[in-house]
Amino acid sequence: MEFKNLKLSKKTTFVIWVIIIAFIIAAPSILPVFRLNLLGRYLSLAIVALGVDLIWGFTGLLSLGQGIFFALGGYCAAMYLQITSSSEFPNNIPEFFGLYGVDNLPFFWEPFRSPIFSLFAIWVIPALVAGILGFLVFRNRIKGVYFSILTQAALLVFFNFFNGQQKLINGTNGLKTDVTQLFGQMVGSESIQRMFFWFTALLVIAAWFFSKWVVKGRFGNILIGIRDDEPRVRFTGYNPVLFKTIIFSIAGGLAGISGALYTVQSGIVSPQFMTVPFSIEMVIWVAVGGRGTLLGAILGAVLINYAKSLVSEALPASWMFIQGGIFILVVTALPEGVLGWVQGEGPRNLLQKLGLKRKIETYPSLEIKNETEGLKNE
Amino acid sequence: MNKNTNSLLSLENISVSFEGFLALNDLNLSLKKGELRAVIGPNGAGKTTFLDVITGKVNPTKGDVFFKGKSLIGRKEHKIARLGVGRKFQSPRVFENLTVKENLEISVSTPKSPLNLINKKIKNDQLDEIEHLMKVINLSKKINSKAGALSHGQKQWLEIAMLLGQKPDLMLVDEPVAGLTDEETDLTADLLKSLSGDNTVVVIDHDMEFIRRLDSNVSVLNQGTVLCEGTMDTIQNDKRVIDVYLGRPEE
Repeated sequence: MEFKNLKLSKKTTFVIWVIIIAFIIAAPSILPVFRLNLLGRYLSLAIVALGVDLIWGFTGLLSLGQGIFFALGGYCAAMYLQITSSSEFPNNIPEFFGLYGVDNLPFFWEPFRSPIFSLFAIWVIPALVAGILGFLVFRNRIKGVYFSILTQAALLVFFNFFNGQQKLINGTNGLKTDVTQLFGQMVGSESIQRMFFWFTALLVIAAWFFSKWVVKGRFGNILIGIRDDEPRVRFTGYNPVLFKTIIFSIAGGLAGISGALYTVQSGIVSPQFMTVPFSIEMVIWVAVGGRGTLLGAILGAVLINYAKSLVSEALPASWMFIQGGIFILVVTALPEGVLGWVQGEGPRNLLQKLGLKRKIETYPSLEIKNETEGLKNE
Repeated sequence: MNKNTNSLLSLENISVSFEGFLALNDLNLSLKKGELRAVIGPNGAGKTTFLDVITGKVNPTKGDVFFKGKSLIGRKEHKIARLGVGRKFQSPRVFENLTVKENLEISVSTPKSPLNLINKKIKNDQLDEIEHLMKVINLSKKINSKAGALSHGQKQWLEIAMLLGQKPDLMLVDEPVAGLTDEETDLTADLLKSLSGDNTVVVIDHDMEFIRRLDSNVSVLNQGTVLCEGTMDTIQNDKRVIDVYLGRPEE
């Protein structure tokens, strides 16, 4: 896999952000409630995509198991909402326990009565699980495709475990959140959903700033170093295990936040969040948007999912083909993703092919001014 | 040869076996502080394995390596690097997606912990060090160029500068002049010579002209063991060396 490091110019980033923010602000007034809710959900997926970009685009770790951490965040949020809305049910515990004859709340539900604990649990628990899993894997120098297979295997373990635990977490049925109460209102109500939309939009921006901060300095350069030549990093005196564990843990935490926001906006969390295709889709969003460009991860997640819902409404059952097609197109024609293509030589090459621009005869750096800093300095 | 307190590095009876093949066979070698040592030998003599053992990439089947009196066996690569062993690879291995400056930042930054790197700015004296290194390798004008855009020779030099930036007590330099022009080769030889004294340097190379120019003690490796040691003149007149490596002059 060839990675290129793409830095979007300040101008492009700024323009894209202005468009995104303008759209987010306008969305509640121009979109019907149903569409607004969908947009909110897709924005929450952008956060897990940012995490995938940090570990894959920057560090070269292709995880196919981000669904684990996404689901854990979702379960934490749903457990809080269920336990605090269970006063009218028998034994004051969530309703589903009655179906399986459980009278006593399982011990691990107890701390979720606390809103503060739950707010932390949403990102700390997935980050811890990711950190522990990551440390064990990285310490044994498991890399590349073996790492990918291992994360997918872990995903299946978690999926099967959650699927089978009716008496603990309602098994395959999952936990519903839309009929629970928050601030004295139904979580599924329009006003609460609208609030979640704003909250999600803010968190996407915060997650972007955070990710940017993580990758911008020397820490980010070490991540790129690990991606491109890990032994070299080691011989320079750095311990790649620590760096990889930290970034994998950060991606896990982001996945947890994403999963919680997705859960409260779709009304349910279930082991379906841990299916194999869903975790692979997360990678596709980043690949299509442009790995190594944080903005690309956000755009990829939101636009692909929006396209998915529009296509599925018009032509049911055709989405999988279209998604596969997009992925193949990106891998073969735009290996750096859409944003990478726009930022790189892509548009110029296209214009040349159409005969609209003069062909470059030597190196681009010699013919196109202000593009290579090395030349400017000379 | 036993554990010598005067020596910075000593390898004692090192054997490395790869599935029965002895890459190193009872190798003994010791280096004094401040010494410049050239290591030559035919292909497959175990030159690179020798470096792999010192830097922790390969664990020897037998024997021990002492650096500053501490055994290096069983230590991880990054720990050995932090003890003060720096290594330059055979083909230039710089981080091509990072700029010249970012490459040097990685090498000079201390402490090398993630927390230090993520929330602190690089120290001023480290920035001065980078500036100085860029002058040494004559790349000041390319400070913000991607390392991948440098020429082969510039990459070799950047890697040497990264090695210097680590401030190692022992520098292991594997084929520093492969693919360089004659002029660059001479400059590199002078640079390495100027480093010895303050630094202990091991240079591995095939290029006899280059080795001669280093004007240092030479160890000849053959079949995983040290065949002989001495100055270039001694080496060139040693019958065993001529047989296995240099070849007889045509008469």
